[in-house]
Amino acid sequence: MNLLSDPAFRWLLGGTLGLLVIASTTGLVLARRAKSDAAHITISNLNARTNAWWLMVAVFATALATGDTGTTILFGLCSFMALREFITLTPTKPGDHRTLFWVFFIITPLHYYILATRWYGLFVILIPVYAFLLVPMRTALAGDCERFLERTSKIQWGLMVCVYCISHAPAILMLLQIPGYEGQNAKLLFWFVAVVELSDVMQYVWGKTCGRRKIAPKVSPGKTWEGFLGGGVTTTVIGAALWWATPFSPLQAAGMAALVVLMGFAGGLVMSAIKRDRGVKDWGGAIAGHGGFMDRLDSLSFAAPVFFHVTRYALDA
Amino acid sequence: MITHLVAGALRLFSGSVARWQGCGPDLRQRVYFANHTSNLDGPVLWALLPPPVRALTRMVAAKDYWSASRLRMKLACDVFNALLIERKKPTPECNPLDDMVNALGTRHSLIIFPEGGRQTSPEPQPFKPGLFHLARRRPDVELVPVWMENLNRILPKGEILPVPVLGSVTFGTPLRLEEGEAKPDFLTRARESVLALRQH
Repeated sequence: MNLLSDPAFRWLLGGTLGLLVIASTTGLVLARRAKSDAAHITISNLNARTNAWWLMVAVFATALATGDTGTTILFGLCSFMALREFITLTPTKPGDHRTLFWVFFIITPLHYYILATRWYGLFVILIPVYAFLLVPMRTALAGDCERFLERTSKIQWGLMVCVYCISHAPAILMLLQIPGYEGQNAKLLFWFVAVVELSDVMQYVWGKTCGRRKIAPKVSPGKTWEGFLGGGVTTTVIGAALWWATPFSPLQAAGMAALVVLMGFAGGLVMSAIKRDRGVKDWGGAIAGHGGFMDRLDSLSFAAPVFFHVTRYALDA
Repeated sequence: MITHLVAGALRLFSGSVARWQGCGPDLRQRVYFANHTSNLDGPVLWALLPPPVRALTRMVAAKDYWSASRLRMKLACDVFNALLIERKKPTPECNPLDDMVNALGTRHSLIIFPEGGRQTSPEPQPFKPGLFHLARRRPDVELVPVWMENLNRILPKGEILPVPVLGSVTFGTPLRLEEGEAKPDFLTRARESVLALRQH
């Protein structure tokens, strides 16, 4: 529990809880004021989202407080659930069944186990190299050639996004060795997750209040230039203002926050394109108000690997 | 207690949600009839019913499969309260239809799979006549079409190890046998009502 004895972490957590209190109170006031049916629907969705945020923050903070193993397990479960949603929306054939068993019950846990042992070399190649070879091999053995390359590619893509990319968030905790910041990586992970999610929330708020010009109406009609720029700048400023929790200088923190915003936006856009192609609005229904796990992790999946590598390149011993 | 645990585990493990599209959960007597692709179909449908409805609903299942091991037998009898029937050609002494009518009694509902066995084809096979005879002998019972989605991807026929894809179960608008409706017409209509609930 020495994480909670760190004043910087207590400030981060306290600030997050403060934001949630403000969000819940605002939600209550808006719900009283809402007149039209459309407003009622928007506000009740907003409140469902805020309620789910309370739970997600509680789970994440508890996992961080239990330490490295707890956090790795939490992200492992998130990857598993995201992959479940991804494969559900991907048409696979009976010939993929045993490959999928490997993917869910052997490759995914093994990847997180390797992360837990802090074996960087194998962590970065297990899925891009060994799973990449194993998946088509196992499917070929099953003997169904119809749309073979398409099926194996989609399974590999699911593994990359849901397991490999998402696992780079706990890798911030497990695999970075930053001189002068030893034993404090949990704060950096918290800062990273907070910036990713704030970016989503701020873009949503700016988009809902003053969004006009759509960026990619065919892919994601909710994304506007006003939302992206307003949310992006707000998040960058907040990220920079929280520099004291990170190993970065204020300017570096602003740059990293802007990078996270940009990659997160790209992740949201790409995952929307996939949803749209499959004819669905959400990846699942596991988190009330938000959709599925992947709806909450889409930005994070694109931001995590880039954030991890840039930080490692710049600061790692 | 054990029943609730098994039902909860089935829901969690199959990631399945119930979509009450054409009717709501109700205690009135019903026959739920669904497409059949996986051994999980009956247990998952049963697990998705609200507890009071579940307690009065019995799945009709093949005796040869469920009596193959002691664990299966225990699950079928003590947990699912399944009605186990012979899949052989019915004889006057051993007619599964009589068992089903008796099991309905005055309060119970049934879960049946009118294709007669698990299928691997993308669309359900033509229905066996049991549903028609059941409808004729118990015209007061509502016939609820049900589409089981993705259960064949979780545990397909011939596989032992499951894959945790998310399933869903859609309940449609209840049917009744029309006056003077011929057997083939009714069976076609029933099959189409199940198929109409498919999402894609």
